[in-house]
Amino acid sequence: MPLLDVENLRTYFHTRNGIVRAVDGVSFSVEKGETLGIVGESGSGKSVCVYSLLGLIPSPPGRIESGAAHFDGSDLLRCTPEELRAVRGKRISMIFQDPMTALNPYMTIGDQVTEPLRVHEGCPKMEARTRAIEMLQSVGIVDGAERLRDYPHQFSGGMRQRVMIAMALIGGPELLIADEPTTALDVTVQAQILDLINNLQQSLGMAVILITHDLGVIASTCDRVLVMYAGRFLESATVHDLFQTPRHPYTEALMASRPSAHAKGETLYTIPGLPPDLSTEIAGCPFAERCRHAVDGCRECELTLEDVAPGHQSACLRVQAGEL
Amino acid sequence: MRSEAQAEKGTSLWQDALHRLMKNRLAVVGACVLATMVALALATPWIVPYAYDAQDLELGASGPSRAHWFGTDRLGRDLLTRVLYGGRISLMVGFAATAVSLLVGVVYGATAGYLGGRTDAVMMRFVDILYALPFTIFVIILMVLFGRNIVLLFVAIGAVQWLTMARIVRGQVMSLKHTDFIDAARVMGFSTSRIILRHLIPNVLGPVIVYTTLTIPNVMLIEAFLSFLGLGVQAPMSSWGVLIKEGADAMEEYPWLLVFPSLALSATLFALNFLGDGLRDALDVRAAKD
Repeated sequence: MPLLDVENLRTYFHTRNGIVRAVDGVSFSVEKGETLGIVGESGSGKSVCVYSLLGLIPSPPGRIESGAAHFDGSDLLRCTPEELRAVRGKRISMIFQDPMTALNPYMTIGDQVTEPLRVHEGCPKMEARTRAIEMLQSVGIVDGAERLRDYPHQFSGGMRQRVMIAMALIGGPELLIADEPTTALDVTVQAQILDLINNLQQSLGMAVILITHDLGVIASTCDRVLVMYAGRFLESATVHDLFQTPRHPYTEALMASRPSAHAKGETLYTIPGLPPDLSTEIAGCPFAERCRHAVDGCRECELTLEDVAPGHQSACLRVQAGEL
Repeated sequence: MRSEAQAEKGTSLWQDALHRLMKNRLAVVGACVLATMVALALATPWIVPYAYDAQDLELGASGPSRAHWFGTDRLGRDLLTRVLYGGRISLMVGFAATAVSLLVGVVYGATAGYLGGRTDAVMMRFVDILYALPFTIFVIILMVLFGRNIVLLFVAIGAVQWLTMARIVRGQVMSLKHTDFIDAARVMGFSTSRIILRHLIPNVLGPVIVYTTLTIPNVMLIEAFLSFLGLGVQAPMSSWGVLIKEGADAMEEYPWLLVFPSLALSATLFALNFLGDGLRDALDVRAAKD
């Protein structure tokens, strides 16, 4: 049984300019201990997808129209606020994109790192402190004992992200959601943070959902990858299969756009056109307009992920039909 | 640099703030002046040379002298005594009514702002309705219904002052509630009340404190106005507002009657402003370090 099983999730935003279908019928599951990557461009719905699971969608205008998210027998989308509170921060936690804004500027690091323990476990102050120091050590802040009384502004970006990770992991969650955890950091620190997440994942045995728009990050950290586009999943595969044999034209185009896919001096490949406007209903495949393999059928079909190889699913009609 | 950094370690938010406040000379002076005023007000019944309503009709109005440092008014009452007693009332009204407005306004505004949606709309429309009620009529109704007493005066003034506070706090909270750290707090599974009290309110303290230091003088002036209408403090009791009013009437003949109460009020208001300014800087952990 998977740790988290999401079925047919739809999250729409009801705005003045119409209904924006940010996440439009996605299903996926996360196994215990695995790292699932969700990759897609900005605005493809990656963040909305996981925010929905944690009840972070601002409502109004956002609304979860349908779907279920089974986590250990309870449906995250339907359980009571109390049940949700017991899961959030304890069994599922999250780290955010921008460590500069994700820590409360008016609370000390110590208060922030220990707060989940104190709230969820009623942990006494001294014990929480000891555990916080240990946790800070394991995220690479060695002088944790001295830094507990510091405020976030006294830390650098990379250090703050470490603090965020310590805060998210101190309760020993079974699932960690990392929403572009390295986007706001510079490249050298990025690698350190990713290594850190990977190591902690192995030592704690938790599952990770890693959201990113960086294929390099996916390649170096994930077990399985979902490719998201315009609020839908277009392909699902293991990292190895995805990079070796992408089975969707969009994934192929993404791979071709990577700078490392080009020789020096060569003009970089870009996908023609723009992602579709999500406030109008899209019939068929959302990528059809930009796809060089598109046929008329693509604009009419029902979009479903189908097995095209063992453990490899694609939503492309022509791949499913064996034409590509 | 190193030793300073070490010296600052092991301090809490409030100790840090105090440390920074002490470096601000104007704020320290303000705090001292205010503390003196409060101490004098507390000690008044034991230190004044005369009773506040003791008249000396033969003496009448006289200028400052050895027997009467601040002079006397038309009825020969000692002005120093009356200023001290007036300070008791003014400070008490100022602090108590402000405390009422602070408590109600901050919690109400933060709750409305954080919950948002329909709850927010209903809560803020209620504030709008209270805003629309003419204040004087509101107070008169209260006074008529419940009789005149000083506690009611606090309540009446506080009941009006919290409205603006609630709006300020709500606005601040609305801009904060979709920041990542509040989302993070929600993801951590903290309860709504915890998020409001521990995560949101400390972040809005800056503007709240500044507004509070502006509210106290405001409240003192409202008290003076109500007293003038006969709805506040009753003669022969006095407050600074009442004394200034009386002094202004007799300004041309007996200027000291205006000068001394005004000095007392202005000194207090200045002290409050400097202190408020200093507090705002001291409590801003982001701006003040190093």
